[in-house]
Amino acid sequence: MGAFTADEMMTVAAARALRDGAVCFVGIGIPSTAANLARRTHAPNLVLVYESGTIGSRPARLPLSIGDGLLAEDCDAVVGVPEVFNYWLQPGRIDIGFLSAAQLDRMGNINTTVIGGDYARPSVRLPGAGGAPEIAASCREVIVVVRQRPRSFVDKVDFVTSVGYGSAPGDRARLGLTGAGPKTVITDLGVLEPDPDSCELTLTGLHPGVTVEQARAATGWDLAVSARLTRVEPPDQTELRHLRELQATLSRRATGKESPT
Amino acid sequence: MAEILPLPEAVSALVHDGDTVAMEGFTHLIPFAAGHEVIRQHRRDLTLVRMTPDLLYDQLIGAGCARALVFSWGGNPGVGSLHRFRDAVEHDWPVPLRLEEHSHAGMANRYVAGASGLPFAVLRGYAGTDLGAGRSDIRPITCPFTGETLTAVPALRPDVTICHAQRADTKGNVQYWGILGVQKEAVLAADRSLVTVEEIVDELTPVPGAVVLPTWAVTAVSHVPGGAHPSYAHGYSERDNDYYLDWDAIGRDRDSFARWLDTHVHAGGTADV
Repeated sequence: MGAFTADEMMTVAAARALRDGAVCFVGIGIPSTAANLARRTHAPNLVLVYESGTIGSRPARLPLSIGDGLLAEDCDAVVGVPEVFNYWLQPGRIDIGFLSAAQLDRMGNINTTVIGGDYARPSVRLPGAGGAPEIAASCREVIVVVRQRPRSFVDKVDFVTSVGYGSAPGDRARLGLTGAGPKTVITDLGVLEPDPDSCELTLTGLHPGVTVEQARAATGWDLAVSARLTRVEPPDQTELRHLRELQATLSRRATGKESPT
Repeated sequence: MAEILPLPEAVSALVHDGDTVAMEGFTHLIPFAAGHEVIRQHRRDLTLVRMTPDLLYDQLIGAGCARALVFSWGGNPGVGSLHRFRDAVEHDWPVPLRLEEHSHAGMANRYVAGASGLPFAVLRGYAGTDLGAGRSDIRPITCPFTGETLTAVPALRPDVTICHAQRADTKGNVQYWGILGVQKEAVLAADRSLVTVEEIVDELTPVPGAVVLPTWAVTAVSHVPGGAHPSYAHGYSERDNDYYLDWDAIGRDRDSFARWLDTHVHAGGTADV
């Protein structure tokens, strides 16, 4: 095992959470990197569904956007956007949905809409919902991947864009949300899971070298620690090699291309 | 029958001040050239509709064309914020922008309802979120057969939908493939439609998975090679990822945006996309 970064640990932990053969709804960024890492390591039969309507994509490199043409070139099917949401996501055909968050609260609710102020005049206007509300509602379970910081891990989100466990246990059933919700939150410090009784996100795993105090200091609520707290295994050589090979395909800036400047 | 028109004539004929205009394309086949023509023709008070308002709508909003935005995700994909959009929402610059915000599933179903001639769409969605709070256009509805509570959203019926496709034939039949997005629904939901195309051919040959829009379902077709740049047309061009990265600095500042607008849109003419 060599040295690795906190983001590499987070990505590897997210990849490990994907079992072989699962059907996974993927967004761009760490979720896409983690899903493609899983395909190259322990889960060669993972099925990747991108919200641009590509089903069963097998990208040879990391896609640069959700609509990268690569995703449509080697896949089981390309469908329109209404179909991906109505036929594939809504009925519960997707096992795992990956989400990120600008704010995440202790009940696993997600905000990607506005921070501060009121809705009409926010301090920060975020991109909005995208596919997240229905991913959070209808995937059999959700994995949230997000860096752990006091300003993003808050007691209560400013705006509920996507529902985790609502405000109390039983809310998901009452609201008619068919999936199990955010069963796993993977951060750059460790892993949080909902308490079986209260649904409150609780620290259940720590990445190598991270302390409970660090995780609590990075959390904007009084973070509970599980009695069965585990230490996450560091990335092994194979995981790191595949991850870095994938990342190398993401060189962001080409040369000699037309620019708008 | 679709009329084959030069882009400036097509925009002039189809897009009017105050119209509800949808420009669709899910990261693929985004009609940038047509949008820039709308800016050049100084259209005002538009209600802009688009699932993923990205750079093109940042440009239209910054240029002062829009009074309202109907959308589900507004960002620069993989890069960050849309700064002209944020400036309009956070500071009313250059003009106030009213938001009508949905989820992707909600927007997609609203187009489906519009294309289907129905007044509204039904979906499992929005329950428990703040998206529907106090909104008259996101409403619970009871299934008459099971008693289940679902969500209703109104149909989208744009005055005009604009999109880009790989090709059309000389009769105006349109064909596109690759990532399909929601363009078919957006065109069929609209009163009028304009499709810009990479090429016009004598006859459309079949392509696996392609969508064909018959000429009688389209109002106008314009021949605009490269008209999706910096987005792409599968089989014709690659996405210009550098442009999306560079846009962050240009869009962040009102003056640099104004310079970009002068140089690349107003002075440009249709060839400069």
